[in-house]
Amino acid sequence: MRMNNREEIIKVKDMSKSFGGKVAVDKVSLSVYKGDIFGFLGPNGSGKTTTIRLLCGLLTPDEGEGRCLGYDIIKEARHIKRQVGYMTQRFSFYEDLSVRENLEFVARMYHLQERRKAVDEALDNLGMKSRQTQLAGELSGGWKQRLALTACMLHKPKLLLLDEPTSGVDPEARRDFWEEIHRLADEGVTVLVSTHYMDEAERCNRLAYIAYGHLVGEGSPQSLIADSGLATWRIESADIHQVAEKLKRINAVEQVAPFGTRLFVSGTDAQQLEQDLSAFAEQEGVNPERTQPRLEDVFIQLMRSSEEKRW
Amino acid sequence: MVTLLSPIRLWAVVAKEFIQLRRDRLTFAMIIGIPLIQLALFGFAINSDPKELPMAVRSAESSAYTRSIIQAIVNTRYFNVTEITDSEQTANEILARGAAQFVINIPADFTRRLLRGERPSLLLEADATDPAATSNALAAIKQIPNTALAHDLNGPLASLQSAGAPFSIDIHRRYNPEGVTQYNIVPGLMGVILTMTMIMMTSLAITREHERGTMENLLAMPVQPLEVMVGKITPYILIGYIQVLVILAAALWVFHVPMLGSALLLMLGVLLFILANLTVGITISSVARNQAQAMQMSFFFFMPSILLSGFMFPFRGMPQWAQVIGEALPLTHFLRFIRGLLLKGNEWMAAWEHLWPLLAFTAVMMAIGLRRYRRTLD
Ligand SMILES: Nc1ncnc2c1ncn2[C@@H]1O[C@H](COP(=O)(O)OP(=O)(O)OP(=O)(O)O)[C@@H](O)[C@H]1O
Ligand SMILES: [Mg+2]
Repeated sequence: MRMNNREEIIKVKDMSKSFGGKVAVDKVSLSVYKGDIFGFLGPNGSGKTTTIRLLCGLLTPDEGEGRCLGYDIIKEARHIKRQVGYMTQRFSFYEDLSVRENLEFVARMYHLQERRKAVDEALDNLGMKSRQTQLAGELSGGWKQRLALTACMLHKPKLLLLDEPTSGVDPEARRDFWEEIHRLADEGVTVLVSTHYMDEAERCNRLAYIAYGHLVGEGSPQSLIADSGLATWRIESADIHQVAEKLKRINAVEQVAPFGTRLFVSGTDAQQLEQDLSAFAEQEGVNPERTQPRLEDVFIQLMRSSEEKRW
Repeated sequence: MVTLLSPIRLWAVVAKEFIQLRRDRLTFAMIIGIPLIQLALFGFAINSDPKELPMAVRSAESSAYTRSIIQAIVNTRYFNVTEITDSEQTANEILARGAAQFVINIPADFTRRLLRGERPSLLLEADATDPAATSNALAAIKQIPNTALAHDLNGPLASLQSAGAPFSIDIHRRYNPEGVTQYNIVPGLMGVILTMTMIMMTSLAITREHERGTMENLLAMPVQPLEVMVGKITPYILIGYIQVLVILAAALWVFHVPMLGSALLLMLGVLLFILANLTVGITISSVARNQAQAMQMSFFFFMPSILLSGFMFPFRGMPQWAQVIGEALPLTHFLRFIRGLLLKGNEWMAAWEHLWPLLAFTAVMMAIGLRRYRRTLD
């Protein structure tokens, strides 16, 4: 349903940014369409935050060009700012202002009509009505995160840029958050969200994976899995650690990931891996079962192959 | 459309700054503490030896004798004739404006009475608002009656010289007749304290946002540079006035400094001076990368302000290059304004001469600040 609507909200081409000669974002091209929930993944320091900052005009790209909501990201940044909700990775509201004062400040910044009502509603949704006079700096980490999220949505932006919005947030609040995101996306809001959580990646309709400043994979979760060229087997065992050690010695095994009492074994050479595993199964008395690669395996694969390309 | 300044957003910044200021106890203590400490510390004056001070000559007559006397006065090197007039009103104005430090008055029948041996006197009026500036000059002039006419009074007139000084010079210290140093220092302190606190506090205003990470959020919002800058300095205008009241109260009731001018004019002049300093602070804040840098830059501005404005050393005693720098500093003009107002009772016209440089300074500084305001995190 959403896929039919192909209005491009974000379109950047060959965008690069370096800090003091060190390249943080290297020729990244991205397209995000209206109503997308676009997941942005990548290891620490890979350039997610930098990319998001480039998108909302907080940083000027060294090279490349881009448009966001129809505006040029370099020349028309201030038009973009009015229609974007940006949630920073690090809490950056005023710690010495109360919850309510912070929201009022934001409401004024965006010229909200009926400011008091909008703030009251936001406080209700947050469940912070009774704590509205508490200083933001005194909130727990998760509550700060939730306040920031509410604040950046206060002006009902057309595009949400969320930088790890749920880090440190408890499971129930996270579920509420994702429900809200899907509801907004249905209404036509576009969401770009960076995350390190795989379950959140699976809730996105499109994903991009960035490593060392390069965009190394892009597509829906399903297509990323399909295109990864990975074959994965699941092995159940009471003593997974010992089994894992042994598996790692097999050449065709590229990844071994323990998950509770299960192991996920992946490799790119499916044929060889199948042969080796059946031999291993006989030897060790385990029973490998072919399964779909998980996103996590795909991303680790993407990261490693980009490492190889680099060196 | 994009507006340069939205009142709602401006108010958002002002309200936020007020709340933050109210919750920052240390800053609040500083606002009251610094004036009190400084007032206590500067109970002494620093003397120096300024020369070639401007002097106006108001002569009702001119003769070889009066010319010799003027020449002798100039020869002490403490005086420099800048203007000659025969009108008492003009002479008064010159002194009130500060265009001359002294006026020497030569009465109409001076020469006739001199030659008759009546030992007439000349009147030297001194602008004594800054006693340090005039004291050496006044000491030097005491010798003039004994020596000035030694060559002119010869032959039959030599007897006039032999019986002691043939004429005398009366000294009239205007504006600060007792030569009280505090009269000069205390109003000056108002300027120094405002310079220090206003610049220091606002120079941290934007760098603090950068350091706390809140700038990222602020920049992501549609707020304009002018709104941020004006919004951030507005609360400090009030703070500045609080300080002015503290110092003024101390000046009037503890140091008994006279207040001859209009209170309204004082408040207006203070406002312009506060604005000049706040724009310096906010400009430093938008240029500096961090708080330490902001403090260094504030200090860099503060030092010449204290040394070259005429607060520490009499302005006219400074070398030419120092005076040029001094003229560019708001404190210099404010000192002239405040001393003129409190001690001389300067009116609007005389005050304006010292106030327009403050306005010009503010405009230039604000323009620099706006240009240097960083709209991105680069
Ligand atoms: N302001 C800056 N000055 C210098 N280097 C920077 C700056 N911002 C980012 N970098 C560098 O750019 C690279 C990318 O950083 P970025 O914050 O974009 O990573 P990230 O993907 O968001 O990481 P994380 O998952 O840890 O949040 C890093 O190597 C970082 O050190
Ligand atoms: Mg990041």
